[in-house]
This record gives sequence, C-alpha cells and structure tokens, in this order.
Amino acid sequence: MKFSIYRYHSESTEQPYIQAYELADSEIDAGMMLLQALIKLKAQDESLSFRRSCQEGVCGSDAMNINGKNGLACVTRLADLKQPIQLRPLPGMPVIRDLIVDMQPFFKHYNDVKPWLITKDPEPEHEWKQSPEQRAKLDGLYECILCGACTASCPSSWWNPDRFLGPAALLQSARFIIDSRDQATDERLNQLDDAYKLYRCHTIMNCTQVCPKGLNPAKAISKLKHEMLKKKL
Amino acid sequence: MAFLNHSKVPVHRFDALIIGAGGAGLKAALQLANADLKVAVISKVFPTRSHTVAAQGGVNAALANVNDDNWHWHMFDTVKGSDYLGDQDAIEYMCRAAPQVVYELEHSGVPFSRLKNGKIYQRKFGGQSQNFGGGQAARTCAAADRTGHAILQTLYQQNLRKQTHFFTEYFAVDLFRNKSGQVLGALAFCIETGERIIIDARTTLLATGGVGQLFKTCTNALINTGDGIAMAMRAGIPAQDMEFFQFHPTGIAGKGMLISEAVRGEGGILINSEGERFMERYAPSAKDLASRDVVSRAVATEIQEGRGCGENKDHVWLNLDNVDPETVKKRLPGIRDLCLTFLGIDPAEEAIPVTPTAHYTMGGIPSNRHGQVIMPTQNHAESIVLGLYAAGECACVSVHGANRLGGNSLLDILVFGRAAANSMIEYLSENPYHKTIDAELIDQAIARLDRWDKPNNNVNRSINANDQEEPVYQNDNVALLRDELRKIMEDHCSVFRNESVLQEGIDKLEQLFKRINTVALHDHSKIFNTARVEALELENLAECAMATIVSALHRHESRGAHTRMDYPDRDDKNYLKHSLYFSSTDQPEYKAVKTQPITVDTFPPKERVY
Ligand SMILES: Cc1cc2nc3c(=O)[nH]c(=O)nc-3n(C[C@H](O)[C@H](O)[C@H](O)COP(=O)(O)OP(=O)(O)OC[C@H]3O[C@@H](n4cnc5c(N)ncnc54)[C@H](O)[C@@H]3O)c2cc1C
Ligand code: SF4
Ligand code: FES
Repeated sequence: MKFSIYRYHSESTEQPYIQAYELADSEIDAGMMLLQALIKLKAQDESLSFRRSCQEGVCGSDAMNINGKNGLACVTRLADLKQPIQLRPLPGMPVIRDLIVDMQPFFKHYNDVKPWLITKDPEPEHEWKQSPEQRAKLDGLYECILCGACTASCPSSWWNPDRFLGPAALLQSARFIIDSRDQATDERLNQLDDAYKLYRCHTIMNCTQVCPKGLNPAKAISKLKHEMLKKKL
Repeated sequence: MAFLNHSKVPVHRFDALIIGAGGAGLKAALQLANADLKVAVISKVFPTRSHTVAAQGGVNAALANVNDDNWHWHMFDTVKGSDYLGDQDAIEYMCRAAPQVVYELEHSGVPFSRLKNGKIYQRKFGGQSQNFGGGQAARTCAAADRTGHAILQTLYQQNLRKQTHFFTEYFAVDLFRNKSGQVLGALAFCIETGERIIIDARTTLLATGGVGQLFKTCTNALINTGDGIAMAMRAGIPAQDMEFFQFHPTGIAGKGMLISEAVRGEGGILINSEGERFMERYAPSAKDLASRDVVSRAVATEIQEGRGCGENKDHVWLNLDNVDPETVKKRLPGIRDLCLTFLGIDPAEEAIPVTPTAHYTMGGIPSNRHGQVIMPTQNHAESIVLGLYAAGECACVSVHGANRLGGNSLLDILVFGRAAANSMIEYLSENPYHKTIDAELIDQAIARLDRWDKPNNNVNRSINANDQEEPVYQNDNVALLRDELRKIMEDHCSVFRNESVLQEGIDKLEQLFKRINTVALHDHSKIFNTARVEALELENLAECAMATIVSALHRHESRGAHTRMDYPDRDDKNYLKHSLYFSSTDQPEYKAVKTQPITVDTFPPKERVY
C-alpha cells in the first residue's frame, strides 16, 4: 500500500516536502484503520510525526487531511482510500511538524465562547431538573471531540482565522445557549454580535460534511443566527 | 557519564503541581483553584484527549433516582466486588461522598441523560445490589454512553473558567525526592520545543492514569503507559497490588475497543457457540451482571472449553435482541458507532463478538483516603511521603481491591482528586516555604533524558559485551521492544496464570530490560519528537510490567482478577493483604488490609456468589 505524506521539520529542512512510504500487503489486515498504518510506518521511520491516543475516534487527537478531506486517521478505513494515500496536516493551521499542527488559535476561539455552564440562581441541593426533551436538544452538540476537522475545512476560518470563531467554537456556544440550565443567553449572544465572530459563516457547509462524529455545526450556527434575530426583534 | 549542567534548565515555581489532566487531575486542579493557590497542571496530551474521555457507561452514586438505594449498599457491593481486598475506610468515604460529587458535576454542566421527572438517569451495572446482596440496583449515572467525555470536558471547561495554568503537551520525566524522602516537584519537557523545565512545587499530585498498554490487546489509549507509577517507583516508592489487572469481559474480539457494561445493563446477554446464555451457570442470580472478574473468567472458560464462537472459536456473542432498537440509539449511541465503524454491524441487529480484554489497573501508587502517598519506613508501616499525592487510576487507595466494579472508577477519580486537593491545601498552609532541590536529583533526571540523545548504544555494547553469550540486537528499536513487551504480558500474565508461565514471563522480561537499556533512538531532534516520548514511555511500561508479573508470581491464591490455576482458592489466612513491589528488590513486601470502616461495621470476608 502506497502513501504520500507531507513532511516538515524546521530543524532539518526549510521547506516542507512530500515523502513516499510503502507498507507491505502482509502488514495490512482486513478492516485496518489508517492510524494503524501510520503506526507501522513510524516503526520504519521514527521521525514521522503525528498525534494519536484513543484509537477509536473519541479523543480528537489525529485529525488530518486524508486524500483531500479532513478526518480522523483512527476511524478511516484503509480499504476505502484511493492510493497513494495522500496525508497532509489540517489546512489553514500553522504546521509544527509533519502532520502536527498548532491548535492554540483553535482552542483560543473555544475559550472565547466561554464554554462553561453559567447559572445565576442559587444551586439546588440535588440536580438541576431537566426534562428528557430539554436534554435531547443537546444531542448533536455536546459530543464534539474538539478535533478541529471542521474549522480546518472552513474557508471563512482560513480567511479570517483571528476574527471568525469557526464552526467548532460556535457549536460550543450553541451547546450552552440551548442548555435549559444555562442562564447567560443574552451575554452569550451579545458577545457574538459583531461582523466577524458569527456572521462570517456563509453556510458553505464543509464543517458538517467533514465532522467525524456526524455533528452539524452549520445547523448550530444557523440556530445561533436565529436566536440573534429573535433577540433583536 | 558526562558532567551535566542543570543550572541552564529554567525553574518554574508553583504551590501545587498536578501531573495529569484526566478526571482526577482536573478535579483536583479545580479544587485548588477555588482555594486561590498557584497551580500548574501538566499533561502530555491536550487535557480533553486524556483517557477519561473514553469512559462510556457512567459513574456510581446512590442517588436512588430509579429505585431504592443508599451509600451503605454501595459500600457493601464495592467491598464484595473487591474480593475483600479493598480498604473499608476508603470505600466508606468514597460511597458516602458519591452523591455530592455527582451533583457537583451536574451543577458544573455535565449533560447527564434524564428521567421523565427531570432527574439524572441511572442504569444497572455489574455487581450492584440493593439491601446487601439482594435485587439488582440501578446506581450508574450516565450521559448516554459518553459519560467520561461529558465529565472530562466539563471539568476542563470549569478549569478554563478558573484560569488554571496548563502546561499542555509537556512530558513529566521524574520526581525530585530528596534524601529525607520529601517530594519537591518534577522535571518535565515541552514536547513541542524540546525545552526542559524544572517545576519546583511544594506539593505534587500524580494523576497520570493507568497502564493498559502493558497488554497487546487492551481497551486503553496509547498514552496509558503508567508513567506516574514508574516515576514513583524510580523515586523509591513501591507499587501496590499490581497483580490485580482487570480484564473486561466485553472488548471487541481481536481489536480491543470496549463494549461497555452498559450494554448488559440495558439488557444485552452473553451467548456461547451453542446459543446458551452461559452466565446462568456461573452466576445464577446476577447472571450477565455479575462482577467483571466472574464474567471474564466465565467467558475465558467457555472459549477454553471449546464453546467459543466464530471460525477460530475465540470469542462469544454479546446479543442485544432483548433490547429495544430505540434504546440502543438513545442510550448506547457511542457503542453503536463503534460497532458500525470497527465491525460494520449495527448492534441492534447483529450480535457483537467479544472477549476478555485488558482494561483497568487496580494497583498503583499506595495512597490513603486523603490522597496522600504512603509507604512503609523503618518506624512506621504507613509513613506519609511528604509533598506527594496520588489520585485516579495511577493510585491504589485501595477502593477497588482485587476487582473494580464498573462505574466506580469515574467515582474514584472525582472523590480522591478532590480529597487529595484538600490535603494539599492543608499541607500548603502549614508549609509555606519551598525547599531547595538537590542538584544531584536534577542531574539524575536529566541523565535519564540525555541517555536517549546518545547516538548508538548498540555499537557501544557490541564492544563491551561478551559476544558469545549475549547476542547484540542491532536491529532493535523502541517500537519493536514495545510490541514484544506487550506480547510477553499477554502470553504470561493474562486471565489465567500459573507459576511456570509467570516465571517464564519474568525471564523474558529480564532479557527485554537488557535490550531496552541499550536500544537507541535515531531521531534526536527537539521539535515534537514523539519518538523520544515513546522511548520514555517504553521505560515506564517496562517497570510497571515487572511490578505486575513479579507481584502475580508471589501471590499464591486466586482473588478477584488474579486467577492462579495452581492456587485456585482464595486464601484469607495468608493473603488477605496488599502487596508492595519495590523496583530495587525482586520480591514484594506486604501490608495489612484496612478492614475497619470509618463509622459502620466491618464487612468480613465471605464466599462471593453472584
Ligand atoms: C474504554 C474505557 C471505558 C471506561 N468506562 C468507564 C465507566 O463507564 N465508568 C467508570 O467508572 N470507569 C470507566 N473506565 C475507567 C476510567 O475511565 C478511568 O479509570 C479513569 O478515567 C482514569 O482517570 P485518570 O484521571 O486517573 O487518568 P486519565 O484520564 O488516564 O488521565 C491521565 C492524564 O495523565 C497525563 N499523563 C500521563 N503520563 C504523563 C506524563 N509522563 N507527563 C505528563 N502527563 C502525563 C495524561 O496526559 C492525562 O492527562 C473506562 C476506561 C476505559 C479504558
Ligand atoms: S464539530 Fe465535529 S469536526 Fe468540529 S471539532 Fe467537533 S468533532 Fe471535530
Ligand atoms: S486517536 Fe483519538 S480520535 Fe483518533
């Protein structure tokens, strides 16, 4: 099986380059995921670098650009990929080394939306009550694993990386605005109300297409826009 | 050894250093931040990538939202589940604290699933009973089957709110423990830049998680390499009860991903090749929801006796026919995803092939219910290691004893993360000044790092070694040795153990140690050198492997997860005691189990039937 992998390593080369790798068929089992192949390639060439941890699509470590589409290596089947398998770091993010990008700007935007529950009433002795229907509204929002695949596929994020918050952060904002327990909806919406943070979303929908968890940031964003409108009326 | 100049390494000073940003570390950090202390949290991965994120089924607390329950029943189940090796004071403390920590989590934002009346949803899990061994309890508070994810993200978010200082993607190398036994911080390096830092801290908490990577097939993340346990051992602290490693009955066969007990809690059952619900034979009343050690042994026995399923008869089926497909979608969406992704099947329609899979480290750094690290000294069986604390899967309090109950680990990390932080706060108020870290300690830690920057140890060795007797492994590399280590543990220290197999495993590990001491890295770069990280992890794994297998060899009984074919019975007369493995000797020491709870009566050892 053939691979073509983006390499960049500032200590030894100035320019990034593409390196070809190959794995013998005997090394590949049926149903094997791309991450397993990368681990085998790293055993051949220990300088090849990428992040990984859970190997099952829940920790968000190994988002990368796979044959032109962002996804998680650990849940991408080798058999489904056209060869040579082209691996690039997530687009639009500064590259630290090989497939590893600097996610700090991404997490800064996450932080910007105050991703924590804000309540004002005195806390009850037991749980805050929430009906199954209210709770169901959080499905599709709370499961985000912060992998960055969506934001790194969004042209608006590439063009305005500093000022547009990007789909992942906006999804989080929606997660708290929609939570029946949260009591800071107005502040949250006010904070989003400028020309960039939210409104640079032009509904290109790349985010929803790539999300490896099947979430729909685009829908969450339109919900935010809707809430904003409601508030203004 | 070349002379080292540690004075170039920058020093950062904090009141508290927390190593690990899983549930245990983040809960402690939050508690410390609330006390206005200067806290540093270091983690080798971004906090929300810690392995707590993978926990599925839920966290135990006797909230009685679904049916009658109280902490005392929870305590009974935990003591029984532990096969009476758990310390009953710590278990009482944990079970009493459970409702409060769960409510705290809910108040911080965890999106728990809900019951019709708006309260937190609780499901049935293995080993749970009402009324001291009566009917099945429903004690596990769940956010669908993504409870760990929900808890970890919420705790991280609360730490963001409190502006906790994170050293993200920093690798902790070694503790600084001075001659008088006090811990004064740790050496770490920034993975992104390679820069080394000294963290000079008046208190240090180890919250580095478990060591599931010991075994070839496991449910654990690749980062679960027992770093904290190995760091403690290198600092002269023993590892406790390492022979007790939990094999979860239902990992996806051949692959390892966990299929949570929640599946059986929602009604799934285990079936052998004859279509028999075999758990009825092994645990007539609890059946598929017996304790994990019992179910794992049953599955392994079915397979061994030829009633395994599939072409190779190497697994059994987990069948969800009795579960409403809507429940699968609503309560088990993550499991469904896993099955679709890794097996290409929908569990609502097809049975899941499962087999016992290495899952959880019951052993670890000996600690007490205050989160303090304790070890025997000349004067005292349980001396406190000043300045050092441990919480979470890396610690051994011991609330899980010989076998952990599902849903008790998320509880453990929260309760003892918080308890450790409270002890740290108290200690800090009494010990306001930093002590000087000996230069020698710093040099030693740095030498361990520098060793991996040497060009080629193999060559050096071929000159020195006695060629005839000792083969030189020119082609060794870290990845190869890691794979061999995990294979040795899988072959020699698995569900069923015996003297000769364990001894052979130890011999193989000893050979492997020699190779680890001489293997070299080719990549000596500074920037995001993951090869260096993996090399350091291999050293940590190897130390944990030895602790596990040696402790297993010397425990001549079967208790909880530790099953000796040559000693099939539990032996309370000789082995109702914790083992303590020191890396400097090849035989464990022992200490008594704390059978005295805080306020209630002792649960004396009984035969375990489910
Ligand atoms: C698949 C799966 C499902 C589970 N489901 C449940 C469940 O439903 N209920 C339940 O109660 N339990 C469950 N468990 C067990 C439970 O999730 C874990 O025991 C628990 O989350 C461990 O938390 P922790 O905080 O101790 O460690 P972890 O979450 O593993 O965190 C360890 C931290 O230490 C850091 N670290 C480690 N070494 C270093 C180093 N050298 N330098 C710097 N940082 C370091 C890591 O970066 C990480 O931040 C499950 C476990 C697995 C594997
Ligand atoms: S929304 Fe999806 S793609 Fe975006 S960060 Fe979250 S999990 Fe990743
Ligand atoms: S390794 Fe965790 S998401 Fe892929």
